[in-house]
Amino acid sequence: MKLRYLLAAALIAGCATTQAATLRWGAQNDILTLDPHSQNHATTHGILQHTYEGLVRYTKDFQVEPSLATSWQVISPTQYRFNLRKGVKFHDGSPFTADDVVFSYGRIIQPQGTNQIYVSGVKEVKKIDDHTVDLILGGPNPVLLRLLVDFRIMNRAWSVKNKSENVQNYVAKEESFASRNANGTGPYVIKLWEPDKRIVFAANPAWWDKLQGNATEVIYTPIKADATRIAALLSGDVDIVTDLPTQDVQRLRNEPKLKVLDGHEVRTIFIGMDQFSPELKYSSVKGKNPFKDIRVRKALNVAVDREAIKRVTMRGLSIPAAIMIAPGVHGHTPDIDKVSPADAEGARKLLAEAGYPNGFDFGLDCPNNRYVNDEEICQALVGMWARIGLKAKLNAQPMATFIQKIQKFDHDAYMLGWGVATFDGLYTLQSLMRTKTTGADGSFNLGRISDARLDALVDAMKTETDVKKRDAMLREALVMTRDNYYYVPLHHQLRPWAMKKNVSTVHKADDRPESRFARID
Amino acid sequence: MAAVAGWLRRAWAHDLAWSFRRSPVTILAAFLTLVCVGGALFAPWVAPHSPFDSATLNLSDGFTPPAWTAKGSGKYLLGTDDQGRDVLSTIMYGARISLGVGLAAVLFSAVLGVSLGLLSGYLGGRLDAFIMRVADIQLSFPAILIALLIDGMTRIALPRDMHDQLAVYVLVLAIGVSGWVQYARTVRGSTLVEKNKEYVQAARVIGRHPLAILLHHVLPNVMGPVLVIGTIHIATAIITEATLSFLGVGVPPTQPSLGTLIRIGNDYLFSGEWWITVFPGLALIVLVLSVNLLGDWLRDALNPKLR
Repeated sequence: MKLRYLLAAALIAGCATTQAATLRWGAQNDILTLDPHSQNHATTHGILQHTYEGLVRYTKDFQVEPSLATSWQVISPTQYRFNLRKGVKFHDGSPFTADDVVFSYGRIIQPQGTNQIYVSGVKEVKKIDDHTVDLILGGPNPVLLRLLVDFRIMNRAWSVKNKSENVQNYVAKEESFASRNANGTGPYVIKLWEPDKRIVFAANPAWWDKLQGNATEVIYTPIKADATRIAALLSGDVDIVTDLPTQDVQRLRNEPKLKVLDGHEVRTIFIGMDQFSPELKYSSVKGKNPFKDIRVRKALNVAVDREAIKRVTMRGLSIPAAIMIAPGVHGHTPDIDKVSPADAEGARKLLAEAGYPNGFDFGLDCPNNRYVNDEEICQALVGMWARIGLKAKLNAQPMATFIQKIQKFDHDAYMLGWGVATFDGLYTLQSLMRTKTTGADGSFNLGRISDARLDALVDAMKTETDVKKRDAMLREALVMTRDNYYYVPLHHQLRPWAMKKNVSTVHKADDRPESRFARID
Repeated sequence: MAAVAGWLRRAWAHDLAWSFRRSPVTILAAFLTLVCVGGALFAPWVAPHSPFDSATLNLSDGFTPPAWTAKGSGKYLLGTDDQGRDVLSTIMYGARISLGVGLAAVLFSAVLGVSLGLLSGYLGGRLDAFIMRVADIQLSFPAILIALLIDGMTRIALPRDMHDQLAVYVLVLAIGVSGWVQYARTVRGSTLVEKNKEYVQAARVIGRHPLAILLHHVLPNVMGPVLVIGTIHIATAIITEATLSFLGVGVPPTQPSLGTLIRIGNDYLFSGEWWITVFPGLALIVLVLSVNLLGDWLRDALNPKLR
């Protein structure tokens, strides 16, 4: 008798331990905020997607599948009806209803946030009944479902009770209840966030779906210093690291206790330039803005030796870029993404033609804990531009303060990376190239580029349902951006992840690891 | 010419010179210090490359190992770092900053500490009590912490551009303020003793101003220990500056010191590019060790009980 009870207890205990697993996840930078409508920042979205969900979500291979909406009908090209999932509860117990969708729409379009692009083209959200909403569009939108993946739903009652109906104004360093606390419908509840220390998630037992992995607790630790991050992985302090310093990738491949999951990322790293101010803020040139001259922009482009950066700084883990979207994004074709070799002589000639035979200096802002080797790339660029006479004054700082500075247009040139959440080129063209208005257009056009022909193409693309015509527009817009040198594209990132041998997960090219797929054996 | 030769002969025969010649360790330490200081002082002329002139850097030369290894090149004796900067040249320029900050900080500390010590010992009373209590409070904090505190406060107080230009001065101030106490206490003790001797009393009787008494009579007689403390403090100051730069709160990256170089190289230590951090580290060790040994010798040589 006793033996049987003992065996049963042991079995149960055994089961319990295999069910509960903690995933310790290390990466470079921390999230900016817990407010899902505030900042369009991939790390923040990658973390918040564990807690806040949208009407639809991506499968492992980036097809759209139902999430908070179980199905949808296209009543007309400008009217989509979504049937909402019944029985879903927020983490505080409140039920999910259509009111929350309407409220979230009103919130995400507020001007102080930068996530309006995810409801781009939506004119109105109408509640039909408690579990049905209609999205009324301004025109046909071929990528609507992909955009809606990041339109995350907040609970109206909770937001009103905690005075968070308004989106946090991150640039003005505002804090609100919603920027420090989270209440979503997702698979993980955020138990605590110690900024720059860790975020602790616990699995949500009342989630409407099932975890495909077995991580019941996730601890996210931002570790900026490369050597420390890798040391944490090697010593077993973290189970998975998604920001690998390039110099350590080979060593980690050879490490028997770990495995490296390769995968490319649809993120392009580039330099943006201020093309709006009449005079640059940190430059020696007074009275005019050299970046407004296409020859100067071309000189900056041509002087960059992308192959050297790939070989030395990135250790082969990058794809030199000529256009602003990566392979894997709809609209990318290899023939328009051909990189020419660096030409310092030619660059110097261009500068002389433009009236700067002795070059000039300007300020260069870079993050130092966001992209792979961001600060080292900027230092390499300083050297390459110095050789043609352009003296760049490098100002590298953590993403949290960097993004506030450049969003206030307080820069001459800056480095940024743009990942394509919808896997469609319009996302980049609309956010980075289109003239800035309120809302999604030009939300990250921080150089304030304004080209009327480009704007016309982007606007036409938003509602063009004929695939061939739309593809031609995409191509034309990308080529126009490239040939006008509005940006200096550097490279598309390759992003391997490293993890312990007993951890398995799905590599996501949008650089948003989803813990619901993580399995620890 | 003859006067100089005469002076040299007398100096060679002096006690100190004799004690110096007797100790091979000290001769070696002095030689190494001279090499380090010479290399640092004459860096712009002696260094094979100019690592901080961005226009001369070649990214493709990055991560070259030292010249004697398989993939090394004779062009870069100790290899290059991640941006293609020659490690030997960066060490020479880095030593400049390290030595410069160290010496300036010691000078600042010494002037501050000796003045306060003299005043405190000679004037006595409430001023003495106050200065010594401040010294006691400061002694209960680690020196690094005080340096960090001062650096942090100026970082907040100054706008960013200004901070980079003034960073070296702020660093000298920070390390200087964290080290004055030793000088003050030693000098105060010596001053208390000298104060009651006849020659000081005689000077007071004839009506000399207290400041003149301090400068002309007391100060020369209390300088001995200060010299010894100063020499050893140079080593501590250099290490403190290296620590602060390693932590990232020291000199700005545009004028890297040895500590900054060690920090930059640290990231690459385990992926195989060991030379980027090991050589600056060795340079720092050699510099500090030789200065320390010199200080030790000086302390022993000046100690009347050991003569």
